[in-house]
Amino acid sequence: MLPLERLRRIVGAEHVLLAPEEMFAYECDALTWLRRRPAAVVLPGGTAETAEVVAALSEAALPFVARGAGTGLSGGALCPEGGVVIETARMKRLLSLDPWNRFALVECGTPNAEVSRAAEPHGLFFAPDPSSQNVCTIGGNIAENAGGPHTYKYGATARHVLALTAVLPDGRVLRTGSPLADPPGYDLAGLLVGTEGTCAIGTEATLKLTPLPRAVETLLFAFRGVADACSAVQRVISSGLEPCTMEVMDGATIAAVEASVNAAGYPRDAGAVLILEFDGGDAAVAESAERAERLCRELEVLACERARDRAHRLKLWKGRKGAFGAMGRLAPDLLVQDAVVPRSRLPEVVARVLEIGREHGIRMSNVLHAGDGNLHPNISYDRRDADETRRVLAACAGILQACVEAGGTLSGEHGIGLEKRDYMSLVFGEEDLERMRAVRDVMNGRSLLNPDKVLPAREPKTP
Amino acid sequence: MSDLAPRQIRSRADLIQYGRALDCVHCGLCLPACPTYDLLAREGTGPRGRVYLMRGLAEGEILPAATVLRDLDLCLVCRACEPVCPSGVRFGEMMEFCRAHILEPARPPGRGLRLRRFAARNIFNHPALLRALAAFFLLYDRLGLRRLLRTYGVLQYFSADLALRDAFLPRVPRWSERRRLPHRTPARGATRGRVALLEGCVAPFLLGRVNHATARVLSHQGFEVLVPRKHTCCGALSAHFGQLAAARAAALRTIDAFQALGPVDAVISNSAGCGAMMKDYGRLLEEAEGASAAEVRAAHGFAARVRDVTEFLVDQGIRPPPGRVEARVAYAAACHLAHAQRVTEAPLELLRAVPGLELVPLERADRCCGAGGLYNALHPRESLALLEARIQDLKRSGADTLATANPGCLLQWSAGIEREGLAVEVVHPVELFDRAMR
Repeated sequence: MLPLERLRRIVGAEHVLLAPEEMFAYECDALTWLRRRPAAVVLPGGTAETAEVVAALSEAALPFVARGAGTGLSGGALCPEGGVVIETARMKRLLSLDPWNRFALVECGTPNAEVSRAAEPHGLFFAPDPSSQNVCTIGGNIAENAGGPHTYKYGATARHVLALTAVLPDGRVLRTGSPLADPPGYDLAGLLVGTEGTCAIGTEATLKLTPLPRAVETLLFAFRGVADACSAVQRVISSGLEPCTMEVMDGATIAAVEASVNAAGYPRDAGAVLILEFDGGDAAVAESAERAERLCRELEVLACERARDRAHRLKLWKGRKGAFGAMGRLAPDLLVQDAVVPRSRLPEVVARVLEIGREHGIRMSNVLHAGDGNLHPNISYDRRDADETRRVLAACAGILQACVEAGGTLSGEHGIGLEKRDYMSLVFGEEDLERMRAVRDVMNGRSLLNPDKVLPAREPKTP
Repeated sequence: MSDLAPRQIRSRADLIQYGRALDCVHCGLCLPACPTYDLLAREGTGPRGRVYLMRGLAEGEILPAATVLRDLDLCLVCRACEPVCPSGVRFGEMMEFCRAHILEPARPPGRGLRLRRFAARNIFNHPALLRALAAFFLLYDRLGLRRLLRTYGVLQYFSADLALRDAFLPRVPRWSERRRLPHRTPARGATRGRVALLEGCVAPFLLGRVNHATARVLSHQGFEVLVPRKHTCCGALSAHFGQLAAARAAALRTIDAFQALGPVDAVISNSAGCGAMMKDYGRLLEEAEGASAAEVRAAHGFAARVRDVTEFLVDQGIRPPPGRVEARVAYAAACHLAHAQRVTEAPLELLRAVPGLELVPLERADRCCGAGGLYNALHPRESLALLEARIQDLKRSGADTLATANPGCLLQWSAGIEREGLAVEVVHPVELFDRAMR
């Protein structure tokens, strides 16, 4: 039974939602083919309220899940059957910012980009930059160990979380990590990052801030096809150049972006574009950009452009970051797939992925964090069409299988969630999975928190 | 899509709107732009959730229950979500349609509803009613009733919301500012053309000074200004309330009134909300059942000539004004100018053309002030919370003047500044330009 009165006392009646119509709005995150309506949604206003809410739910033995901005792409914030959503959208205060020691303490419902915005006057920024960074919350970034285009140079979220306050599934509050270098004891903050909200609910995070680079050069190359763009990526990397990001978009993506409000001026006749960016000291950046331009021009480049100024650079990026949303022009629903392969295998894997798409007769466009070997096949479909949905899911299975066979893995940054849970045995043995379950059980022994995500259920023991 | 056809779609217009709901892929990039999501944090109080609710209503997944009405009504229709939507969801049109065809029929009956419908259909279309209201506000103010009630917290005693609403009650200016514009104002200097000007429904009573400044500036800039003899409401407020039939009737009356003026180069509005509505007449009538082809054509033709006054002046090339205005000005973009009409630079250019004027940056300059048509009367608590955040932004800007180009916003900012006791003047950009022309 829902401890309704108690929840209302903790967070205030207006922050406990129950009406079936309200539950409808919370039935999915950005992965719309997985839908489950919660029994209630609670919006706590801080760590203490979250802890009390969790304690109340735990005592009532009700399952629950934490949700930030609902921009996740693997169903991570999908509510457990008959459970409660703990929504962190009210917890968005910037608690402190220490420019000298280069860290910020924020509540976990804070949108990613707000941290960089607050740090900018001090010449600092928060490096992880998922495409949804204006919206997605720090809590969600931590849960998924989110990446983004600049992960290639700066690393994913795990490298930028110094300390964490988290509510354990019984309502106790864990404080772990420290902004000091190499704090003693087990690095539980490091352990929690990437557990996809199956071990604890992050409520406050101390984030590492990075000095803004003095100089940035952004180059845009247009190619006939994705394979050429991938060859350029290999060439740049093997020449010893160190770009901070290498993004590839295919022709279908270019068309959708150029039709949207985020039109970036990508050449519409190109089969692929590559965005290369260098950052650092003035001289080094200028020299690297020159060399990269020379190298790529030796290939069959259709066009090459260098961002003239900050405004032009932001425009080039806006197109890339709005690519997912721009697909709404193609079909009512979108599935953003996410897989990783060794970057040396990218050209052949991309070709295979396109082939799989054709085999299943689905509409696909591709975005790649090419430097990381991270593929994002975007599949446009209509979830009301059962046959098309089935073909989309079959294609996803084929894509994941192909990536794993090429020495890759199931996800680069979107997480496993519910979407890919049953593929985990493709990359992990039963013993590996069992150790992971054991870690989860230490934190979340009754499996009330986000119960059916990430790890497939134990295989039934044969007597 | 026959086998996929959803339930509860009964007309062509339904289908159009439904198709638009399907543009949304649930990416959520709209959320940071939404003032009510920022304030209330519920999924149903953000654009993504509202589109989802509208889709659910169209598909028959949910019913227009109390919480749905509440969350969809809480939308300001500021349309800040539209320019940031990568899928191009036309949120404002969806909301207007939804209010008219799904929410209106579902409202619980009662005195509140009757009053609401009466107001939406009549007040703005009947000058006599508006005059009566203005007279009431004037007496309320001048007889010291307002001060008395405020000093002793009388309204607070009855209802907290009533006291909040009192804070938004506009002050009625003196008679001289409530003069209507002459039917014709001749051009000064070398004539550049002839324009028609919309005075608006509420503006002549509360913001006549803005209308007079607009006519003077246009005249000084070489344009003859014509004003329809009969009072006209453009229909924006009715549309906002989901009273589309009343809005369409107002649109047809407006088109007629302006056509009677003869040929003009442009139809000018100094009100962002009215401008946005008039620019949208073509669609408004196209989606109406029973509108004739001639009416739709006339509406498209009319809409194509509508310009915001700042947009028009900048397009025509500004003749430099002779005088100076010493002021530190913060510009707050009216939602229906920036997001609906996408006119963002022209007001700033007009202000930059005023010698001596210093433009100071205002944080979140395109964030809604909470006026939202009559939002402040219907949702005083939320409106005030939005306004207070903006007043803090204004304080940080260090401006002594706030410029914004919409009657509702002018009144809302004035109310906020008075509450806070700030010495900041609130004006339309065209008024500052007018001062420099003297």
